[in-house]
Amino acid sequence: MQRKVYTKVLVAIMMLFAINLNAQHHETSSNSHEAGITKESVKATIDHHLIDSYGFSILHGVGFPLPVILWNDNGLHVFSSSQLHHGVVESNGDYFKEAHGKIYTTDAEGNFMDDGHGHHVHPLDFSITKNVFTIMLTVLILFFLFKGMAKSYNKQLPSGFGRFMEPIIIFVRDEIAIPNIGEKHYKKFMGYLLTIFFFIWFLNLAGLMPFGFNITGNITITFSLAIMTFILTQINGKKDYWMHIFWMPGVPTPMKIILAPIELLGVFIKPFALMIRLYANISAGHIVLMSLIGLMFTFHSYFAGTAFFGLTMFLSLIELLVAALQAYIFTVLSALYFGMAVEEHGDH
Amino acid sequence: MEIPAIVGAGLVVIGAGIGIGRIGGSAMDAIARQPEATGKIQTAMLIAAALIEGIGFAALFAV
Repeated sequence: MQRKVYTKVLVAIMMLFAINLNAQHHETSSNSHEAGITKESVKATIDHHLIDSYGFSILHGVGFPLPVILWNDNGLHVFSSSQLHHGVVESNGDYFKEAHGKIYTTDAEGNFMDDGHGHHVHPLDFSITKNVFTIMLTVLILFFLFKGMAKSYNKQLPSGFGRFMEPIIIFVRDEIAIPNIGEKHYKKFMGYLLTIFFFIWFLNLAGLMPFGFNITGNITITFSLAIMTFILTQINGKKDYWMHIFWMPGVPTPMKIILAPIELLGVFIKPFALMIRLYANISAGHIVLMSLIGLMFTFHSYFAGTAFFGLTMFLSLIELLVAALQAYIFTVLSALYFGMAVEEHGDH
Repeated sequence: MEIPAIVGAGLVVIGAGIGIGRIGGSAMDAIARQPEATGKIQTAMLIAAALIEGIGFAALFAV
């Protein structure tokens, strides 16, 4: 019995070493300068990890391009992102060029065009970028995993993946949904809460994998998630909810007038804080982790390398905890806002 | 990277650290008093800590 436990622990530790495949990635891409690994090249690598990009480039030369889909007055333009590396791309009479991670309309030589207000002209961008591709992949994985789990309930008891997930789903229902929303209305919101919980959790985990899928560390993604919570709360707001915002019952009238703008501000600040909390936690974690890995290489000594490696491993474990915790916090706060929206009189 | 920005960032982290430390301390006292309520206390502690951390990060990014 003891030996079985030991071998499992050993295998787990060796798999954790895989997290430091990150280190290989940075070594190869920052060794393009003759000076080796400097502070600037580490910074460039970190920035490259954090931003979205039009194609996958896992290591130098390994990766695949993704379709670029643009729309302007001349219609739809679709081409492969590998053409963007060669400079100006021509498509249906329009020329496009990529600069700083964005695509702009240019003329045939590659000069940017300005509209009247001093900005460069750019087409509407519907491309499948790295982030979009990863989100679609995660959605497919989630869909098939949970569909299989639902089907396995035909035999009354789930099996495999279902066994692992059932306590978590019951946790979301009994500890997050029912205490915050109440017995009467919680069923309406269970679909959204479960989806948000697993979606954010899986996206955070994807960000920790060695090949740079930084998704929830992108403020536009967290903005969309927060907007969804915001729209759902406002749609489901009952009369008591709006009364509490604009004309708070139970306080003297001068206070009511003072409270109304503050409460209205609160309606917008709460989803805003949701967005910032998730974005800042995840991207700060990534920056710290990658800076430590970069530090591992800039001190050219074995002792510093080993010490920073240990610290990186420890921080990676904490990042795993943060991934699940941030998903839980987002779900709990969303449930709290839903509860406030559907709360009926008589609960005071 | 000016000095006032760095000092401000340091102050923000001190504030968040003190806040979350106090929550953790009260949570430990409460658990010591009533071990059977550990689940609820842990949940409440995590929620409060995440809210404070949210402010801390928002200020840090603004700085």
